[in-house]
Amino acid sequence: MSDSSARLLAAAYLSVGTSSFTEFLTTAAPELLPGTGGMSVSGSAARDLPHGTTIVAATFSGGVVMAGDRRATAGNMISQRDIEKVFRSDEYSCIGISGVAGIGLELVRLFQVELEHYEKLEGRALSLEGKANRLAGIVRANLGGAMQGLVVVPIFAGYDTDEGIGRIFNYDVAGGRYEEHRFHSIGSGSVFARGSLKKLYSDGMDASDAILACMQALYDAADDDSATGGPDVSRRIYPVVATVTADGYQRLSDQDAASAAQAVIEGRMTDPDGPLAVLRQPSGASQ
Amino acid sequence: MPFYVSPEQAMKDKADYARKGIARGRSGVVIQYDDGILFVAPNPSRALHKISEIYDRIAFAAVGRYNEYEILRKAGVRYADMTGYQYDRQDVTARGLANWYAQTLGTIFTDSPKPFEVEIVVAEVAEAPAEDQIYRITFDGSVNDEHGFVAMGGQAEKITTVLKEHYAEGTTLQAALTTAIAGLAAQANGDRLEITASQLEVAVLDRARVHRTFRRLTGSRLESLLAEVAPGPGTAKPGGGQGGTAEPGAGQGGTAEPGAGQAAGGPAGAAAPATPRQRKGSGSVPPTGDKGSDTEAGGAKAGGTEAGGTEAGGTEPGRDNPESPDRGGSGSR
Repeated sequence: MSDSSARLLAAAYLSVGTSSFTEFLTTAAPELLPGTGGMSVSGSAARDLPHGTTIVAATFSGGVVMAGDRRATAGNMISQRDIEKVFRSDEYSCIGISGVAGIGLELVRLFQVELEHYEKLEGRALSLEGKANRLAGIVRANLGGAMQGLVVVPIFAGYDTDEGIGRIFNYDVAGGRYEEHRFHSIGSGSVFARGSLKKLYSDGMDASDAILACMQALYDAADDDSATGGPDVSRRIYPVVATVTADGYQRLSDQDAASAAQAVIEGRMTDPDGPLAVLRQPSGASQ
Repeated sequence: MPFYVSPEQAMKDKADYARKGIARGRSGVVIQYDDGILFVAPNPSRALHKISEIYDRIAFAAVGRYNEYEILRKAGVRYADMTGYQYDRQDVTARGLANWYAQTLGTIFTDSPKPFEVEIVVAEVAEAPAEDQIYRITFDGSVNDEHGFVAMGGQAEKITTVLKEHYAEGTTLQAALTTAIAGLAAQANGDRLEITASQLEVAVLDRARVHRTFRRLTGSRLESLLAEVAPGPGTAKPGGGQGGTAEPGAGQGGTAEPGAGQAAGGPAGAAAPATPRQRKGSGSVPPTGDKGSDTEAGGAKAGGTEAGGTEAGGTEPGRDNPESPDRGGSGSR
């Protein structure tokens, strides 16, 4: 009791200090930060923790869409069928996580509080770049855990209110931050998703086309990666799909996600490998 | 200290010092209405706020020394975000925060050579008005549980008297704002209360909003609300806050201006000479002209000279007390 009250009255709360919640936690309560907290974890134990798996993001005219599958696996078992991996980080941005689910979810929570905390203390929201940088810092802080197998890699996307476009940011475990253009994917199924999006994506798509393209990509990822879940029609569990535009973050309703997924599934009934890309352009036509 | 000072004396001196410091600042009002809780404070600054968001359903208002209550505000945000992160968002309560402030302020009052010259209010909006909470915490860490409305700062008693007269439970935002302004106008010293969007800081905790309920009311939204505020305390009625019930002569200025009383609805009020009345015209007249004139201390519209004179004559609205040099760059508000 006296320890916690001493902490409560600690200088950290009353200090002039920083507007970063993560930095504040580092001083006031480091045990609350995501990660191992300095403990070492054996590699095999890390493998048995639930992992999350394919997230795709694609820009369209006026914003960006992010979609994630719903499966979490631990080793060869499905540990959860309806895990959510795409979240609203603030009004104009969203974050998706792949890797160890437990730490990834903590990281998302911390990031959400970080953004809101800054806005309340400073009286203004961070720029999109600023948010992307803060996330890089949080990812970097988990490097120790990552080295022991507790890898968490996020993907961050948002609507840039100054430029009026959607932007996507990719990360590596060292906290490196890379802006991706057009589309990107992370997770164990990302290789397949990216290949699929390469053929389906076009610049200047509208929101509904971009959503459909992402659904196709997730379906393809689930088709080839056992750790990625496809749409579960009988249980009505569909990918989480969210768009961020000038109107802010909007998660697709279950119905809308279901109808997009159904459109993909129906197409696959006749063409199991999905829509066919055009191999040869008709001569004379410019593309 | 070379000589012995009795503890009672030392505490009394500190308390007197703090009270004097707070009394120099302008008062603020916190008042419940049907859809939430309203906060109103005179504040000419756009950058430095007296009223702020702490958490989803919790807001903070303060009077006194700016840099001191800024420290408390930030600490409150950290406390709230920390608690919400450790437990859950719904586990952050105004009661917990008020208790934390009480402990903190109490410790500061006892331990530090100079107490904080601040008075703060922490309020939380609930699903229904009966469950709303308003806490007032003073410089020495005393917590008071308030209901319906509370006035903060040096002129609190005068304002409370006026508020008591006009307050009614479950009124609209408009009516609550009218009551609050009537209360603030009672801050005597011959100052006119400038009831313009640029000189007031107004915010609400709107219980209908999801997630974060705190909203600042600024710009044209605030101007249109203020346009409906009846002139003078004698005329403000909670239910019929509109100018329709306003007797023109009541309130400051006392200029016989029958037209202005009804000017809430009509553009005719543009010629309003007295300071409170100029609000009424500006609400209905296209904003551009009024905004330009209202923001500048000297510039009212037709009544420019008088309004300018009023402000120049009284304490300058922007500074609470010109003679205290130690107010720091931001001054006390």
